[in-house]
Amino acid sequence: MAKILLEHVTKRFGELIAVNDVTLEVHDGEFVALLGPSGCGKTTTLRLIAGLEVPNAGRIQIGEREVTHLPPRERDVAMVFQDYALYPHMTLLDNIGYPLKVRGVGRREMVGRVTEVAQKLQIGDLLQRRPAQVSGGQQQRASVARALVHQAQVFLFDEPLSNLDAKLRLEARAFLKHLQREVGVTAVYVTHDQAEAMALADRIVVMNYGKIMQIGDPLQVYSRPANTFVASFMGNPPMNLLPCRVDLAAGKIIFDDDYMLDIAAHRERWSAAISNGPQFTLGIRPEHISISPTQLPGTIPSQVYAVQPLGGEWLVVTQVGRELVSVRLFQDEAPPLAETVWLRFDLARTFLYGSDGELLQ
Amino acid sequence: MREYESHLSKAFIIVFSLVCVAFFSVPLLWLLTAPFTPKTTLAVEIPANPTLENFRRVFDNSFAIRALFRNNLIIAGGAMLMVSTVATLASYGLSRTRLPGKNTLVYVLMLFSSVVGGTAAMVPLFLLAHNLHLIDTHLGVILVLTGGLLPAAIFMMRDFVESIPRSYEEAAIVYGASPLRIFCDIAFPLIRPGVAVVAIWTFVNAWGAFLIPVVMLRNPKNMPASVALYSFYSEAGTPIHTLVAAYAFLYGIPVLVLYLLVNWRFGFRFFGGIKS
Ligand SMILES: Nc1ncnc2c1ncn2[C@@H]1O[C@H](COP(=O)(O)OP(=O)(O)O)[C@@H](O)[C@H]1O
Ligand SMILES: [Mg+2]
Repeated sequence: MAKILLEHVTKRFGELIAVNDVTLEVHDGEFVALLGPSGCGKTTTLRLIAGLEVPNAGRIQIGEREVTHLPPRERDVAMVFQDYALYPHMTLLDNIGYPLKVRGVGRREMVGRVTEVAQKLQIGDLLQRRPAQVSGGQQQRASVARALVHQAQVFLFDEPLSNLDAKLRLEARAFLKHLQREVGVTAVYVTHDQAEAMALADRIVVMNYGKIMQIGDPLQVYSRPANTFVASFMGNPPMNLLPCRVDLAAGKIIFDDDYMLDIAAHRERWSAAISNGPQFTLGIRPEHISISPTQLPGTIPSQVYAVQPLGGEWLVVTQVGRELVSVRLFQDEAPPLAETVWLRFDLARTFLYGSDGELLQ
Repeated sequence: MREYESHLSKAFIIVFSLVCVAFFSVPLLWLLTAPFTPKTTLAVEIPANPTLENFRRVFDNSFAIRALFRNNLIIAGGAMLMVSTVATLASYGLSRTRLPGKNTLVYVLMLFSSVVGGTAAMVPLFLLAHNLHLIDTHLGVILVLTGGLLPAAIFMMRDFVESIPRSYEEAAIVYGASPLRIFCDIAFPLIRPGVAVVAIWTFVNAWGAFLIPVVMLRNPKNMPASVALYSFYSEAGTPIHTLVAAYAFLYGIPVLVLYLLVNWRFGFRFFGGIKS
């Protein structure tokens, strides 16, 4: 096992900057998820680590060795591709054993080691089949098995679950988590699914437009997004983001002129970071808002827009001025469906973002 | 009324198709029946008392037999090996390197290939071959044929090569395989059907070549079957139909056998491999 270090790595494709000045350390034995929307440069980052792309600037280190300009085979990495890249003309046995064959391991030993790994991944009795003759989930396991027999220092996964259907995906996710705990490898895992990243990773790296937006452990990234991009990407439904003004002297946050939140009690917390200004964004997670059918002190009125039962919880979408606000209620009984309801924000769990989208405080 | 019209148009299509089929199949039928007829015309008729006499007379003509079973096999086999090997490697190389203007290169080659194989270049090709001492050798014929067929072969192979997902090779690269190993283990098995297509196409083209061998070869002993066919013409220059038919019949067999063989061995099979 080994750590991975990227320092100011930049990769351009012509005009396009696919990876922009990325600095990242993956510790020995750590499972890190690269998370971001499609086209944000996750795969390119992974390919840079694998050596399938060469950076335009910056350096890459695996273990104590600088590998920036080394070819893939000298980097000692194993990679699971998005399409699995299993060879259609070979049996699973030959597919999984291919890294060993390349290394000149004898057929007998190869079969032994492949069988052992395959049994662990519960595809031991499919080894004589071709990839087209097994299910998607089994193909995915075979592709992980091939990476495992390679016994590399570093594992790279490129959206390995994105081709599976929803149920299989959950199963495979649990399987990967189990495997990670058992094998304890250093792994970089690319995904665009925030729930998958949260479930699997020790740390999450959120990317957008080739840049790192935030690095942190899953709960940290979820509960304290460093900017509005991360706030809008993490969570399902994501955080409510409401444009607002702040009037510190009066101790008020004002949306749409008409709707005000009294922040007098929290003034100190916020006054350090901000001054009076026209352009802020207030972030609050849907689970940190409560609904009252009647007006209470400290609540703001809103119109019910849609109510969605989610089984054991409810998602109520309400309208405050021009903005839609999602509220998540953990209860069995249906929430009030009156036209107007009053919202109470848990002010201790709100975040204020500046006009550049960065978290204040 | 509608139904009537649709029946009518259907009938028309069927009749038209039958005419087309007849137009193309009658000569083939003639080729099947004529060799077994003692005395034939250009009409297709089932021979009343079939005979192998024509074949015996063809086999007596050692010049023609040598042309067919030696010279033709050397020329067509050589061109086939040469074109399929070079086209496979070239198309793989072209597809996997970042060579600016590589598409233009292929199209320019295509354009020139019709010149190399064509009549216009015969004089310079002849002079070139003369200076290289390749006149009257099979190698010379093979090289000229290869030059003419190669660009189109590369063009055909490209589609097969491009259809291999990059991730196959990238996985092999990550697991430490060398380029040659990747080609042998992964790329070649996957483009084998394409190689088979190109091989057969080359063989058929070289098998039927007439102009290039006639120009490049001197000694009658080296001539291929397309030239030797003229030894079944009478002194007066008219074809002896029975013998020409019997010889043409033999001439066609190797192509058929090769097709069946390659299809059986390499198979124009299709593997579904990748999830998308
Ligand atoms: N080989 C390439 N040539 C040109 N552009 C590329 C290449 N690979 C990726 N890109 C571009 O770089 C950006 C990042 O791509 P990628 O890393 O694949 O994103 P992600 O995996 O996050 O979806 C995309 O805009 C993509 O179109
Ligand atoms: Mg990707």
